[in-house]
Amino acid sequence: MNDTGIGASVRRKEDFRFLTGQGTYTDDINRPGQTYGYILRSPVAHAKINGIDLAEAKAAPGVVAIFTGDDMQVGSIPCGWGVNNKDGSPMNEPPHPALAQGKVRHVGDQVAIVIAESYAEARAAAELIDVDYEELPAVADLATALDQSTLVHDEAPGNLCYDWEIGEEAQVNAIFESAHHVTSMDIVNNRLVPNAMEPRAAIGEYDSATGEYTLYTTSQNPHVIRLLMGAFVLQIPEHKLRVVAPDVGGGFGSKIFHYAEEAIVTWAAQKVRRPIKWRAERSESFLSDAHGRDHVTKAELALDQDGKFIGLRCYTKANMGAYLSTFSTCVPTYLHATLLAGVYTTPAIYCNVKAVFTNTVPVDAYRGAGRPEATYLLERLVDRAARETGMSQSEIRRKNFIPEDAFPYQTPVALQYDSGNYTATLDRAEELADVAGFQARRSEAASRGKLRGLGYSTYVEACGIAPSAVVGSLGARAGLFESANIRVHPTGSVTVYTGSHSHGQGHETTFAQLVSDSLGIPIENVDISHGDTNKVAFGMGTYGSRSLAVGGEAIMKALDKVITKSKKIAAHVLEADSADIEFKDGKFTVAGTDREMAFGDVALTAYVPHNFPHDELEPGLEEQAFYDPMNFTYPAGCHICEVEIDPDTGVVEVVAMTAMDDVGRVINPMIVEGQIHGGLAQGIGQALMEGARYDDDGQLLTGSYMDYCMPRADDLPDFKVGTTTTLCTHNSLGVKGCGEVGAIGSPPAVINAVVDALWDQGVRDIAMPATPNAVWNALNGAKTAMAAE
Amino acid sequence: MTNVSMTVNGRPVSADVEPRTLLVEYLRENIGLTGTHVGCDTSQCGACVIHVDGKSVKSCTMLAVQAAGCEVTTIEGLANGDDLHPMQAAFRENHGLQCGFCTPGMVMSAVDLVTKNPDLTDTEIRDGLEGNICRCTGYHNIVKSVRAGSNAMKAAE
Repeated sequence: MNDTGIGASVRRKEDFRFLTGQGTYTDDINRPGQTYGYILRSPVAHAKINGIDLAEAKAAPGVVAIFTGDDMQVGSIPCGWGVNNKDGSPMNEPPHPALAQGKVRHVGDQVAIVIAESYAEARAAAELIDVDYEELPAVADLATALDQSTLVHDEAPGNLCYDWEIGEEAQVNAIFESAHHVTSMDIVNNRLVPNAMEPRAAIGEYDSATGEYTLYTTSQNPHVIRLLMGAFVLQIPEHKLRVVAPDVGGGFGSKIFHYAEEAIVTWAAQKVRRPIKWRAERSESFLSDAHGRDHVTKAELALDQDGKFIGLRCYTKANMGAYLSTFSTCVPTYLHATLLAGVYTTPAIYCNVKAVFTNTVPVDAYRGAGRPEATYLLERLVDRAARETGMSQSEIRRKNFIPEDAFPYQTPVALQYDSGNYTATLDRAEELADVAGFQARRSEAASRGKLRGLGYSTYVEACGIAPSAVVGSLGARAGLFESANIRVHPTGSVTVYTGSHSHGQGHETTFAQLVSDSLGIPIENVDISHGDTNKVAFGMGTYGSRSLAVGGEAIMKALDKVITKSKKIAAHVLEADSADIEFKDGKFTVAGTDREMAFGDVALTAYVPHNFPHDELEPGLEEQAFYDPMNFTYPAGCHICEVEIDPDTGVVEVVAMTAMDDVGRVINPMIVEGQIHGGLAQGIGQALMEGARYDDDGQLLTGSYMDYCMPRADDLPDFKVGTTTTLCTHNSLGVKGCGEVGAIGSPPAVINAVVDALWDQGVRDIAMPATPNAVWNALNGAKTAMAAE
Repeated sequence: MTNVSMTVNGRPVSADVEPRTLLVEYLRENIGLTGTHVGCDTSQCGACVIHVDGKSVKSCTMLAVQAAGCEVTTIEGLANGDDLHPMQAAFRENHGLQCGFCTPGMVMSAVDLVTKNPDLTDTEIRDGLEGNICRCTGYHNIVKSVRAGSNAMKAAE
């Protein structure tokens, strides 16, 4: 291993600019002649718009133009994934306008854009717009939305988007009939607001001389935005549309989707012939960024007399919000129900998912996307089943794990896991968490009047999204490959153009390590370029822990091509057969001789050739590759949480959080640990602090950092993390992905620990977030408002 | 419009602004220093923390006119050319940043925190960073960075 190669904790190349204030985020960009856009949003959840009076606002100081839905007659914002009903008919897919067309459907829905010389003027003028709203009843509650007479969309009877299933219900029901024991739970996966620290922003620009549009945007996948916005919404061909996603301040899924504001500023820039910058205030982010999770599930696990799982059935209602966001429809189905086997050998599984429209912000992927929901319901069921059948948390899991020798393992819910060793991961986690010492710690805590609990979660997830053929058969409207272009410069330095996008993950370092390792060149000689459709040919972007497993593999494939061509060049110069050229440590050698050529010399030769055989060898050294994975990758692990609860206040303190994860081969251990830390914090946040709440009128009650509880430094412990390794069997690096495991595995570990602490006090369940109020009320026998829902 | 002058990172600056202009807007839009970020509108997130006359301030919560005549240091003024301040270097060494958006405020808060008390426990570091939200790191490596930065600052004295 070289010290900047695979396996080294190389310090990040991107950090200098971030640490010195030289990062370039979208809002840091200012274009010549720029105007400012303010989006007027609906203050009500559901209303007809009977009229919009713009007269006063148009006369306000600094106003350049104001546009409403009447002006902006463009295509509907598309959904990227079609899901069929169980009868085979397609899902209900109502229009999703960028600016409201006669009706608003959630608080925050876009009604108009005011464009002015300054942001303050745009905002002040928006106050003068008089919208005549005829308020309609709001469908605010997921659990009852299907039964309401009010329709979010006239096109969607019963507020149903789709009624989907996987598995054979009758067969699974028969298993439950004969089961020795059935554990049943009603499980709520709380609605979250992703809250990347950089609010979304967009700058639209139009060049009338060339007819070219440029959109700077806070996106995880600029090419996907170009495709969705260009082809479907605004009908701008790709060669006239450049999308730039510069430094992006966190995404966590929320910046995957094509948002209305991107289309609005791009479209309007052509109308006013000046650049338009829009940036969300945080309160706008709460009302317009796609939210996450929000499932209500009835779940049951059937066990035989030996404690083996023999069947699982789930009935889930999943909130779509008011419109179908880009990936919304696949989250509760193909990213959730297909994970319900978990790490267990459960032979028969049935899951029904009803996707539901409500008058709330659209709901879509948030770190983990479907897999945290699956893991949570499964691990809560397993925890409860262990208590009901008298098994330990360790025992019930070990008894039901897919054994190490059973891989590749075909689950009953479509996925085939390629590799894993769940017992090894659990062993290591129990050791690192010192489970053996827990009873002593519990007794000691009790002597201080504290209730101490220990909770397990053992999970598997499917990421490296995605094998195009598989997702295509499941309804994805695009393949999910990745591209890489390796440009070797004449003096041997390298620029990698990747379709993946880094918004905190450290690709500029990890990807450069792949190149340094493969070509044997210093990491300083490698730059990673991403986030600009004018530089990178195409790419599907970053989500679903795919960047290394898919994007990194594309880089490896392109590197292979570079090495193959380099061997031809070396063979030509060294007057040997290219089959006899060996490449090692940055040198091309004629096998069995001391005749060699350094990589840099090969690069120079490629660009200053004198006598290349033209029919066999082209000048230049630049290669492109596309990689489409064979299968998903399957990171797995065990998270163990230890909490202490103060029964007087209900405050839950996470005193220890242990994560042992198998993410396949680790390229940069420092970065992998950082990814896991971040995921754990979001998982603990979901379990104990975070929850988006709407009132009956569809008003978001948690619309700022004053009301929505974000985890802060003093809410969290130091984490204990470790990795075990089984290699992914279908990519060359053996990598699985690490971006989401922390957020997927941890919430049930935390809640299981809370329940463990409270069990002897008679508490059997507690809903997320287990706030002090919820815990105190549970302990004192009163039902909390949250638990009652 | 009001003329507001101050010293930013050792350089005298001046701009005509509306009286309602926030200090962060003045720095970002009038002076062109975009390293100071805005992550919320309720003074919670701390992405905009800078130093005014040596004390950490959320620059979204102060008017530019209130800082008239003051000595202001932003994240751009912390390093000496390519030589990072010990706290910046500690964040890099300990992977105390991911997306980098909260980082300027986090580093400026950390410098102020350990300047006030060079012997902080980890618990005190966590309490001291309560006004800075990071969504990426889970704070584990930020705490490690602040501890290391504190030690490096002490050693440099």
